[in-house]
Amino acid sequence: MAMTTLLQTRHIRKTFPGVVALDDVSLSIAPGEIHTLLGENGAGKSTLMNVLTGLYRPDRGEILFDGVPVQFSSPGDSLAMGIGMVHQHFMLVPAHTVFENVLLAIDGVPNFFSRRKFQQKVQKILDEFALDLDLDTPAWKLSIGAQQWIELIKLLVRDCRLLIFDEPTAVLTPQESARLFKVLTRLRDQGKSILFISHKMREVMEISDRVTVLKKGRSLVTLPRGEYDENKLASLMIGEDQIPMWIKPACKYEELALEIKNLSVRNDRGLADLDNFTMKLYRGQILGVAGVAGNGQKALAEVLTGLKEATSGRILAGDRDITDSTAKSSYIAGIAHIPEDRKTIGIAPDMTVGDNLIMKNFNSRAFRRWIFQDRAAIRRNAVAKIDQFAIKAGPDGNPIRYLSGGNIQKVIIARELSEKPSVLVALYPTRGLDIGSAEYVHKVIIDGANQGMSTILISEDLDELLKLSDQIVVMFRGRLVGCVDPQTTTREEIGLLMSGEVQK
Amino acid sequence: MLEILLDATVRAGTPILFATLGAIINERAGIINLGIEGLMLIGALAGFAGTQASGSLLVGVLAAFGAALLAGSVHGFITVQLRGNQIVSGLALTMFGIGTTALFGRSMVGLTIEGFERIAIPGLSRLPVVGKPFFNQDLLIYFSFLLVVAIAFFFYRTRWGLALRTVGENPAAADTCGVPVTLTRFLAVTVGSGIVGIGGAYLSLATTPMWIENMTAGRGWIAVALVIFASWSSYRALAGAYLFGGITAMQLRFQAMGTTISAHILQMLPYFFTILVLAISTIRLQKGASQQPEGLGQPYDREDRK
Amino acid sequence: MKLVAEKRELSSRLFRISAPVISIFVALFVAGFLLLAAGVNPLQAYLEIFQESLGSIYGLSETLVKTTPLIFASLGVSLAFRMQIWNIGAEGQIYMGACGATAVALFSGIESHLLMITAMFLTAFLVGGLWAGVAGALRAVWRVNEVIVTLLMNYIAILGVDYLIYGPWKDPKGFNFPLTAQFSDAARLTEYFDTRLHSGFFLALFCALVLYLFMERTVWGYEIKVIGSNPKAARYAGMRTGLAIFAVLFLSGAIAGIAGFSEVAGLQHRLQHGISPGYGYTAIIIAWLAKRSALGVVIVSFLMGVLLVGGDSLQLSWQLPVAFAYAFQGLILFFLLASEFFIHNRVRLIRGERHA
Repeated sequence: MAMTTLLQTRHIRKTFPGVVALDDVSLSIAPGEIHTLLGENGAGKSTLMNVLTGLYRPDRGEILFDGVPVQFSSPGDSLAMGIGMVHQHFMLVPAHTVFENVLLAIDGVPNFFSRRKFQQKVQKILDEFALDLDLDTPAWKLSIGAQQWIELIKLLVRDCRLLIFDEPTAVLTPQESARLFKVLTRLRDQGKSILFISHKMREVMEISDRVTVLKKGRSLVTLPRGEYDENKLASLMIGEDQIPMWIKPACKYEELALEIKNLSVRNDRGLADLDNFTMKLYRGQILGVAGVAGNGQKALAEVLTGLKEATSGRILAGDRDITDSTAKSSYIAGIAHIPEDRKTIGIAPDMTVGDNLIMKNFNSRAFRRWIFQDRAAIRRNAVAKIDQFAIKAGPDGNPIRYLSGGNIQKVIIARELSEKPSVLVALYPTRGLDIGSAEYVHKVIIDGANQGMSTILISEDLDELLKLSDQIVVMFRGRLVGCVDPQTTTREEIGLLMSGEVQK
Repeated sequence: MLEILLDATVRAGTPILFATLGAIINERAGIINLGIEGLMLIGALAGFAGTQASGSLLVGVLAAFGAALLAGSVHGFITVQLRGNQIVSGLALTMFGIGTTALFGRSMVGLTIEGFERIAIPGLSRLPVVGKPFFNQDLLIYFSFLLVVAIAFFFYRTRWGLALRTVGENPAAADTCGVPVTLTRFLAVTVGSGIVGIGGAYLSLATTPMWIENMTAGRGWIAVALVIFASWSSYRALAGAYLFGGITAMQLRFQAMGTTISAHILQMLPYFFTILVLAISTIRLQKGASQQPEGLGQPYDREDRK
Repeated sequence: MKLVAEKRELSSRLFRISAPVISIFVALFVAGFLLLAAGVNPLQAYLEIFQESLGSIYGLSETLVKTTPLIFASLGVSLAFRMQIWNIGAEGQIYMGACGATAVALFSGIESHLLMITAMFLTAFLVGGLWAGVAGALRAVWRVNEVIVTLLMNYIAILGVDYLIYGPWKDPKGFNFPLTAQFSDAARLTEYFDTRLHSGFFLALFCALVLYLFMERTVWGYEIKVIGSNPKAARYAGMRTGLAIFAVLFLSGAIAGIAGFSEVAGLQHRLQHGISPGYGYTAIIIAWLAKRSALGVVIVSFLMGVLLVGGDSLQLSWQLPVAFAYAFQGLILFFLLASEFFIHNRVRLIRGERHA
């Protein structure tokens, strides 16, 4: 193809202790194109981006910009060349104002700067995108969508030539995503190059000029628009791996497992995380909870598992009121919890798999004799669970932090399900997992439902929700704004609910 | 009476003020510095020795700044470049400071110098009540006023200040904006340490113009606590430092008046009040949005996988 | 060309164990220059340290005498470390423990040796524990920084003891010196071999064993380890982290308090100024050097005992200030922190220019 090239990588390799994140990646991006990098979780997309923006230093391989070999020793270097990125975890300072966040990104601000001059400059860009934001608002007060716009503006004030977006739609409603895509297309037409990272097939089909498929740290192939379709990309991305389909039993809606009545929770900043929230969960039901991240899902999980206190309202389990129970109490113990952020709250990283597996029931008779731990029983339990859940635990006594994300998730699930819970609260249980592990998690949830366990499945992946749920409720700003049947609903309907449109 | 008490308050509060300001610069960049006590001692000895050798107070102050900056750079290198534990490194710095100043101060014990003298600011010093305590003081005190304003201006009105605050809040964000995180943090630690050193020098050049082993007597730790009381703001650091200056002044006043209360009990007061104030300000901080820099105490490693 | 650091996988066990030893030697080397600058011949000084502390039975016994309070205090500090709690107040807790034991010895009037010693022990345990418990409660309930509180309470504790020995507890027959009356024989620990080595030393070893079993074998030790590794995960697993913080700081202070008991009952036989010349601070270094091991605490305490006995003799022969030991300990910590970086990273030189 007679395209000019803006950026080219040749045989990039990057390893971390024990992990080959990138094996051999070659790719080239032309000026004025939207180039999508497609790959499942763990394929190395984010690592590659961090190499391109100078955060990570590659072990091997070459990067050419404008045909010249370059080496980035810091993000400053790649920024100076005109490569900017909107990260998945936003790089905003919550305590700083919108103005301060943007100002830092502007090139060539003198040390003693004129506040008025630069405020005008930032305001002009905000106006250009019709963003109604006060420059002096601290970033933490903004919605996640607005924060992402600020991230984009940080790149635009720098005149970047290559803009990288790492799964930008994960935190957006479908409608907001559409708006973002319009802006991306406009930027492309202005001659800027865009590298778009995603694993959502629909988006990829919609926006890409070219697609590069990344698998297990290797760049497989680059295809221009017209030479690919969904099936082809999917089979390239996943390879020969079989995707088994699990049979889900229909929920009978007979016995109530959990009832939440007018529940409200306030956060540290005095804002309502949950606002007059009401819902019912039946035995054996898988209840999907959709919503843009940050609309109260986490508070819902935490209040149900006794980690947060309700400001008002009640939680009933059968005829018992468990509203004020703490994480320690026995009612709550019947509610298992797969937390959102496994490395931050799911595990004790320095301890072994065996020790982590008993974290919730270390005090039970099975694992203690008087005040002493029964090390033999703990070991037997570990061996059994590692076998049952096919956990790759490494050598004996290996601290759990050396395990891969999928295996850590398996340890958490094994632990949570070991006490035969009646309710499972799963927050984004497959986020960041490769397809094989994600399927395994789905199987565990469905198996549980078969045996009468009820699941509250909180997820941002509509495909996952549609596939597993008996019913999907939608959360917006801590309120339940709608309830749909996965068999009959549409993505558009869920999308509108996610953006706060109240159901008729 | 009030004038005398206020005057003593300002004089007792100034060394703590410098130390608190220096600590704030450290912590705003995300580095906890528990070496303040040691840095003050190093500043006190270097200041005294510098003045003793040269006969110039300015040389003394510069020596204090330089010596503390140098000692602080060890803490900076370990915590910033080597990402070592900030608490342990700070404690090490304090111990190192106490030990080395005791060793090298031996030859200074008993020597005297001409300390800082009061210079009245024409006009202002005639103001009733506040005139004498605030405007008939020595140059270092005037410098501390200036520093309070300059630091606030630096934090909120300059790009370097913004970069420093960002590095303390979210180093990764600063990094992706092209701010050199390591350098910024290192400079904040060293310059902040230097300012702490001036606080020490105030003790040996103005409060009592001589060198006494371990003459800081815990003021460095009070400064560490005051950073939280001041919620990382230089203006509130001024208020905090004078609050403790006030307690010290009153305690000294009591002793001078020949009270029957034991001197040992009176000497406990500043420490006791520091704990009290620390507890109250911590509780208060948790009620509102915390002003603590979010990246405080966390080493930044660009290649850390999240 | 540029130096870059790269993470390495778990380095060899040998390297991890030898790192503290190497740090001590590098610190000795650098401290040598400090000594030179202060007009002391470092080689002579070091030789003297080892001769005085290890070169004779008496020297060795003195070293063990100094090792005793260090073991107690370091066990206390390291227990808190396991939960990522910083007890910088062992010094004050030693004073308070000594104070409690002295109160019993002077005023209880118990005559039985066993009863007296037990009462002194328990009081020291309780008083030391409560003293640290103040910081524990503040930390557990309001998340008040325990580093600053425990540290500032050292000053209060030491001034409190000063108040007592200059005031109400002063020995009326003591020629106005700031010290209490001598303890009766019932309130003294057994001494051995005509030296000052007393049964407190064996109590310290026993205490290390108990703490080892506590941490590695009991349910509570498990809880402490989980909380130390990840407090959020512990809370999520239903552990009462607040209570644990208080309990651990209480225990930590209580064990440091026993050091105070052992010093007054075994060695000083009275309460006086400076009963601890900074054992509580040295304990922080020992706990950090020994990492997570109770055995490590015993070994490192002994090493520090050697340095302290040697340091005391340098003080006499070279007029070095006592505080010089701090400078040396600070240096050890600096080098240890630096060595930890090299355990986790490999440094290599990168060639090639930057095109930026």
